[in-house]
Amino acid sequence: MPKIKMPRKSTAIDMTAMCDVAFLLLTFFMLATKFKPDEPVTVVTPSSINTTLLPDSDVLLFTVDKDGRVFFSMDGQPKRKKLIEDLNAQYKLGLDDKEIKSFVTGASVGTPIKDLKNYLSLSEDQRKKQGLDKGIPTDSANNELGAWIEYGMAAQGGNFNKLKYCIKADNATPYPKIKEILDTFKAKHIQKLNLVTNLKSAPQGTAAWKEEQAAGGKKE
Amino acid sequence: MAEMDTSSSGGKGKKHGGTKSKKQSTRVDMTPMVDLGFLLITFFMLTTTMSKPKTMDLIMPKDTKEEKDQNKVKESTALTILLGKDNRVYYYEGLAQDPNAAANPDFFKATSFANKGGIRDEIIKKRDEVSKLRNAKGEPEDVVVIIKADDDATYANFVDILDEMAINRIQRYATVDISDQDKTWIKQTETANGVK
Repeated sequence: MPKIKMPRKSTAIDMTAMCDVAFLLLTFFMLATKFKPDEPVTVVTPSSINTTLLPDSDVLLFTVDKDGRVFFSMDGQPKRKKLIEDLNAQYKLGLDDKEIKSFVTGASVGTPIKDLKNYLSLSEDQRKKQGLDKGIPTDSANNELGAWIEYGMAAQGGNFNKLKYCIKADNATPYPKIKEILDTFKAKHIQKLNLVTNLKSAPQGTAAWKEEQAAGGKKE
Repeated sequence: MAEMDTSSSGGKGKKHGGTKSKKQSTRVDMTPMVDLGFLLITFFMLTTTMSKPKTMDLIMPKDTKEEKDQNKVKESTALTILLGKDNRVYYYEGLAQDPNAAANPDFFKATSFANKGGIRDEIIKKRDEVSKLRNAKGEPEDVVVIIKADDDATYANFVDILDEMAINRIQRYATVDISDQDKTWIKQTETANGVK
């Protein structure tokens, strides 16, 4: 009786399918996400149960780090261009085209307006070295934050309804600094602010948690 | 790499022998490509943002209205929360407009942000107590939480307490400047507890 010979199976696995999946995922991630925006300082935001999303556009974002330095950033290059040109004209900063471009394409700025020319002519590393990242002054004697808010609004071109004012502050930012900023907004008659937070789930047994459960775990 | 060439070795045992040149396998080893694919995926997953940051709405009262609104709050429906240093929370019931209120040693209490036995329990307790009260129209009263942050408080405390309002669905709350009286009470409690 002849022995039945089992054909030897190759140990090689066909990787083609896996490769397909990998590149499919890669394509998805490339299309569905965007790069993390440059941040002048690392900010660890506190968490809350709020699920409202931060909109992509029409946002004036004020970043406050744990030492209380305030940085300003805004989306939209045409708007940024208008903003810096207005500031240049108003404060007679004498910015040249290169410095204006540096602001338009840059991310956040945080410096007193009088240092702005110097600030924009340097690269980010040089700014750090020279200690120019001082933050926008918010104290009552020299409140330039108000100016930034005003010029930021003016740069929107009349579209104020959609505009959102966001504050992204660090966990350890002292409250008096926050209060100064809130008071500045109050003085500008801006009552509605958005605080940037991380998402956390509502603790069990609380009113918010019960509502979430009643909605079938789906909230908003 | 891991591939063993078995595609032609089976020929030995086959009946139609016939010496033939070894057939080259047409299979391409995909492993490095998969490696590369996953490497890129990892890179994109780490450098990009998927979820947009969430935001919390904060609606500040108008300055002019504040005084009026504050006076409308009844002593019996109010809960005042003070934020101190090192994540400490102090609270008392009512608005402490009565200078004799502090005569009671249990009036001014300290607690924490802990999930159990912290400020949340106090908020819930007060909310349920107040909802038993009836106003002039016979409707249940709403608790009003007054939040005052001391200079030593941090932004995290501020957001945490606003979050507690959202968690416990407190409709009416206000952030108010801290008074000197409150500061004194915080100091006294701190000294009593040996906090520097």
